[in-house]
Amino acid sequence: MTDSAMSTRAKVEKSMKKRRAAESRFRTYGLLSVLFGVLCLVVLFGNIFSKGFSAFSQTVLTTTIHLDTDYLGVTATSDPQELRNADYEGLIKQYLKDTYEPSGRRERRDLYGMVSVGAAWQLQDMVLENPSLLGQTIHINMTMDDDVDQWFKHDRGTANEALRFSEQQLVWLHDWVDSGALHGRFNTIFFTNGDSREPELAGIRGAITGTFLTLLVTFLLSFPIGVSAAIYLEEFAPKNRLTEIVEININNLAAVPSITFGLLGLAIFINIFGVSRSTPLVGGLVLTLMTLPTIIISGRAAIKAVPPSIREAALGLGASKMQVVFHHVLPLALPGMLTGTIIGMAQALGETAPLLMIGMIAFVVDVPGFINDPSTVLPVQIFLWSDSPERAFTERTSGAIMVLLGFLILMNTAAVMLRRRLERRW
Amino acid sequence: MSIIENHETVGTPFCSNPKLSARDVGVFYGDKQAIFDVSLDIGSNEVIALIGPSGCGKSTFLRSLNRMNDTIDICRVTGEILLDGENIYDPKVDVVPLRATVGMVFQKPNPFPKSIYDNISYGPRIHGLASSRVDLDEIVERSLQRAGLWTEVKDRLHSPGTGLSGGQQQRLCIARTIAVEPEVILMDEPCSALDPIATAKIEELIDELRENYTIAIVTHSMQQAARVSQRTAYFHLGQLIEVNNTDMVFTTPEHQLTEAYITGRFG
Amino acid sequence: MTYSTLLIAVLIALGGAYLLGRNRARTLSSQGIKMHSLATHYGALVALWTTLPPLLILLLWALLEPRVIDLILTAQLPDSIRAGGEAEIRLALSKVYNLANDSDLMGQQGLLGPVAEHLQALQARVTLLRGGVIMSLLLLGGALTWRRIQPDLRARSEVEGIVRILLFASSAIAVLTTLGILASVLFESILFFQKVPVTEFLFGTSWSPQVALRADQSGSSGSFGAVPLFTGTLLISAIAMAIAVPVGLMAAIYLSEYATPRVRQLAKPALEVLAGIPTVVYGFFAALTVAPVIRGLGESMGLEVSSESALAAGLVMGIMIIPFVSSLSDDVINAVPQSLRDGSYGLGATRSETIRQVVIPAALPGIVGAVMLAVSRAIGETMIVAMAAGLAANLTANPLDSVTTVTVQIVTLLVGDQEFDSPKTLAAFALGLVLFVVTLALNYVALKIVQKYREQYD
Ligand SMILES: Nc1ncnc2c1ncn2[C@@H]1O[C@H](COP(=O)(O)OP(=O)(O)OP(=O)(O)O)[C@@H](O)[C@H]1O
Ligand SMILES: [Mg+2]
Repeated sequence: MTDSAMSTRAKVEKSMKKRRAAESRFRTYGLLSVLFGVLCLVVLFGNIFSKGFSAFSQTVLTTTIHLDTDYLGVTATSDPQELRNADYEGLIKQYLKDTYEPSGRRERRDLYGMVSVGAAWQLQDMVLENPSLLGQTIHINMTMDDDVDQWFKHDRGTANEALRFSEQQLVWLHDWVDSGALHGRFNTIFFTNGDSREPELAGIRGAITGTFLTLLVTFLLSFPIGVSAAIYLEEFAPKNRLTEIVEININNLAAVPSITFGLLGLAIFINIFGVSRSTPLVGGLVLTLMTLPTIIISGRAAIKAVPPSIREAALGLGASKMQVVFHHVLPLALPGMLTGTIIGMAQALGETAPLLMIGMIAFVVDVPGFINDPSTVLPVQIFLWSDSPERAFTERTSGAIMVLLGFLILMNTAAVMLRRRLERRW
Repeated sequence: MSIIENHETVGTPFCSNPKLSARDVGVFYGDKQAIFDVSLDIGSNEVIALIGPSGCGKSTFLRSLNRMNDTIDICRVTGEILLDGENIYDPKVDVVPLRATVGMVFQKPNPFPKSIYDNISYGPRIHGLASSRVDLDEIVERSLQRAGLWTEVKDRLHSPGTGLSGGQQQRLCIARTIAVEPEVILMDEPCSALDPIATAKIEELIDELRENYTIAIVTHSMQQAARVSQRTAYFHLGQLIEVNNTDMVFTTPEHQLTEAYITGRFG
Repeated sequence: MTYSTLLIAVLIALGGAYLLGRNRARTLSSQGIKMHSLATHYGALVALWTTLPPLLILLLWALLEPRVIDLILTAQLPDSIRAGGEAEIRLALSKVYNLANDSDLMGQQGLLGPVAEHLQALQARVTLLRGGVIMSLLLLGGALTWRRIQPDLRARSEVEGIVRILLFASSAIAVLTTLGILASVLFESILFFQKVPVTEFLFGTSWSPQVALRADQSGSSGSFGAVPLFTGTLLISAIAMAIAVPVGLMAAIYLSEYATPRVRQLAKPALEVLAGIPTVVYGFFAALTVAPVIRGLGESMGLEVSSESALAAGLVMGIMIIPFVSSLSDDVINAVPQSLRDGSYGLGATRSETIRQVVIPAALPGIVGAVMLAVSRAIGETMIVAMAAGLAANLTANPLDSVTTVTVQIVTLLVGDQEFDSPKTLAAFALGLVLFVVTLALNYVALKIVQKYREQYD
């Protein structure tokens, strides 16, 4: 028998070369898989950041312009309505024509086209704020058209620069750059404006406000309802068939495609209940239904984690079940529930599909003031912009994504920190 | 406790034809030491029983004999263990042939969730021990027969191994181990989950296996140790206190701790 | 009073009622009367009865008011408009609302002027009425309950009973949501199937809802054979799965069986970040980065690649699902008892042999469940395909071609101006029904499998 045993060992030794190779191959596949995942993350972030970084700067032309009272037909004492209606655009054109002396209609149009229509509004804002400027010569950083903006940021000095500009335009542009008049500065417009058809005037303030209002509605509804449902299911629900169905249902609902919640919102909230479309209210309602399962599931886990000894001690003192739950269990479970809620809110923050169904995709220029105003949200704004052909919108889309990711990272960090504190307690 | 501090194993830890010999073996779980300076020979074709109170390190020592402890991240082994004179902790040694040579049976039966046939053929297949399907069938049948399970399962070889009774499962695990034709079999309380009849069957089996294998068995039952083993080693708090012929350990223990344990004063 | 003022009034009443109720109970007990419950319970009882009924009424009011006003206004519209049918009435009504709410427009009288004026008057009256009703309910509820405060009033059990009902109602919302989804897709689908036969929808191979054959025929404004959508969805999901399942599974295996704790600590959160990225971001990445790269690569190999290829969408969707598969598989693999691994190692198996031949087979039900959940995710994923996949309903299995999916079509059909009851709009709900039923079934079965699997090793 020893013979055959010896041969076992020999046979095993003989098989080892192949098996070691198989082992290291398998291990390499695993490592490659992990690396692939991490690489995707790096490429994704790198891609977005490299595209979106430049969205945070804006190209302006620093000039001095005379606020000609004769041309504008208003004086410092005119009433605001008149001040508002004065022809600032014409003034800018006049100024450009006088300064750069374009020859012919074509060149004139080219010249005017290089300045954003927003420049006139800048003038208007300055005058409305301080009418005594009228008649003076003032300094202004004129917002430039997105083509100029993109040229300045990306194409300057490359082979592409003649693609969108005529020779004369390029001469002007280079002159401006050489004199230092054309330069970049922090893009405040991106954070203070609503949406716009003009890329250089488009901002995310409207979308951020809309997101905030929508999430506010979502939080105000889903947190109390979610916590109540978790308490009921964990503490009061009788263990019967009905409760089981509710549980199965909640677990399934957490995995239903989000777009179906949009269908519900459209068919029930808008068409039957008459909630107005495109509003943070209806968006919040839909996202509430969508985040509830997440909140309920994590809420139940948090309640389960409260040691039964605490319950028993309180019950032993003669407290009613309700008192035990609200005075002892709930305070201990609350941080865990909050963590789940933040994670649910983070999901809601990034959600797009259901909101398209309920009209939050509308083009909204005004910043919404209340939950009943038409508005859009950040992810939908991203979706809208990503569809625009202008290169400047691609840049702004990436910029908006960076802001969105920033919010998400903030929320998830908060959740992680809350969880850490929680773990330390027990 | 002074007996423990500067202890020296009493009895006859060494023998003339060792299959396995442990020299100054220490085992650590992280910073915690579980085995202290154990030196012990396990002779060819003998059954050695490892006994001692719970937590004294029997399993830990047994698992260090085929480097099963490698699967625990924090576990570290010092000293040497020689298999046929070769140190198994040598960096050049591969655990795979080692474990094929030193097989192990665990406390709780752990059949794979596969058919009985696949459970037995698993080892031979991965090691490439069978050259053909017929060969494999033969190995399966022989192993089951030697484990005394053949007549009970020969009609249901392709039903799941997890469907057997606890005692049958444990014999299946033993069959699975001997299918690889190891030279040493380590058994960690193989009968603790079994009823007396199943236990008797396994003890019978161990007795038969002794002919071809070297066996180290951990047990909490002194009767079992007495029935199946030729030598017995008594562990206490990670130290090897006494090794002697089984009859001697149970009739005239040399060390007072051994005596206290076998007479039931603690443990 | 507006809704927000009313809500604030209710909130103030909540606090006030609580204090009043509690103080009355305190006064009674300070007179030496033995009360059944604590003073706070009486406070809570008064607060609940004061605020709950007005809140309920307010909710109902908000739901019914627009409807009722619409009805009244419709009756007053000129006959010429009313004869024009539903669409025209809707249009006229929205004009009326615009007129009534914008003082600038109010001057431009026209046909609808009197109706708009009436609306203004109506709105003023309704607002007043609403405020009156809510305020009186507040007072009435508060007063009646306040008077009920007596030593033998079992305030605590009554409060607890109400709270219990509220808690129950909260958990019922989850069930109502499912029913709501089902009802909303079902009703519209039934309308749809009255216009387009079920068999054409399920088995037809031509999908072009936008094309109107004859303008005057509402039933035939396009063809609604959804097979190309189903195959497109399956194609993209299959590509996604072909990436996500092996990569996710191997990553989970590597992290749980091979990686050192340090690597695990770094790589796991990185994968989790991948899971937390909004799908719209993936969509943008797919459309603007991956699709052109794939196209370029394909063209350099002499292949014809659509700029909206199924491959680009599927690839990015796969990346999105990797962390989903890996975290589910991680749970499942960790549930395999160590004793099975020990058994295999004890026989001399290598790590990969143990994983491939013992751990994975043992974990198979759980992994199957995880994959099913992932498939359900891929089928229901909307943004990536809406941005990176096309609208062309091609019946093809070529991943370099452009295909469309169920979710893309739902979005396309429902975004923008909808014609009510047009088969185009209704078709979206029929697609929604298919999507909901399929994913629900997948989830249900998958969760059952996973649960069974967990119990097996508990
Ligand atoms: N994986 C591990 N990690 C850390 N410590 C361990 C581990 N396994 C065992 N130990 C410790 O090592 C010591 C010896 O344990 P071991 O399991 O070897 O005892 P034993 O003699 O087999 O006991 P029993 O008779 O109960 O099986 C114990 O103190 C135990 O706590
Ligand atoms: Mg043990």
